[in-house]
Amino acid sequence: MEINIQKRVLEANESMADKNRRLFREKGVFVLNMMSSPGSGKTETLCKTLQRLMPEVATGVIVGDICTRNDADRLEATGAAVVQINTDEFGGDCHLAAHLIEKSALTMDLEALDLLIVENIGNLVCPAEFDIGENAKAVVLSVTEGEDKPLKYPLMFQVADIAILNKIDLLPYLDFNAAEAVDNMKKVHPGLPVFELSAKTQEGMEPWVAWLRDSVAKKG
Amino acid sequence: MHEMGIAQQMISIALEAIPKDLPDPRVEQMNLRVGRLAAVVEDSLRFCFEIISKDTCLEGAKLVIETVPVKARCRRCHHEWEVEDVVFTCPSCERGEIEVLSGRELEVASLELAD
Repeated sequence: MEINIQKRVLEANESMADKNRRLFREKGVFVLNMMSSPGSGKTETLCKTLQRLMPEVATGVIVGDICTRNDADRLEATGAAVVQINTDEFGGDCHLAAHLIEKSALTMDLEALDLLIVENIGNLVCPAEFDIGENAKAVVLSVTEGEDKPLKYPLMFQVADIAILNKIDLLPYLDFNAAEAVDNMKKVHPGLPVFELSAKTQEGMEPWVAWLRDSVAKKG
Repeated sequence: MHEMGIAQQMISIALEAIPKDLPDPRVEQMNLRVGRLAAVVEDSLRFCFEIISKDTCLEGAKLVIETVPVKARCRRCHHEWEVEDVVFTCPSCERGEIEVLSGRELEVASLELAD
């Protein structure tokens, strides 16, 4: 006997993500899902970004890690509302799923926020697969990784709406070819906007921050 | 790395689909469709499925995975093609505005039950 099913395995996550999307729309908050491999400088980029955005753009951050609340402590210093998720309690997951985002978002005063940034768990594979109800996805690649990362992890760069190439202050000391890295990103995702910056020296920060401000403003 | 969660979802989708009035059902085969772009490692999924299906009516079931190719269409010249490497530029007009038609599937297609 054959039973025909034709059901998407991630359907439960997708409907949860849709529920989140409705909630965020209702509260008028723009949600950005920020993803990268571990150590690309997501938290540092966010800290410097928040220093420029706050307090004009009221920002909240949900930060995911398997363990520790080190990132939350760094981000809280900027004055943003921060919720740390440790997936250790949920089985040491490799990504943030939509139900975890809902759980955290409901503890925040969403009415008071213009922007909610989700700093996903450092991983270039799994987070790309999980919709969390965000308005846009950003991927951060740093120049200490390889130029060919976009070709190795195509889904991440395919689903991203924008990319950041971080740590460009280190370029003089590395063999990393920034043009090739950007070219690889655009092979996988033609037309992908790429912001080349250094969170440390703050070179190149403004176009990225302007993109965020603009996205929040468009959201109304 | 999230294959265990996926295997769990597969089992619950299967258990939900089996008619409740069926006496002692036993699943011989589960047919899956997995796109080439999906972030799933086949070996790992098989391993997780084997573990998590223990003591259910899916224990020992054969997992048949149909790999779905990545297909894309150019929004400008409407050319459709199969993306073999990871370059998503239209091979016909060499422009970049493309739409991914398939390759991200992760679906339970059907179950085959013992008679």
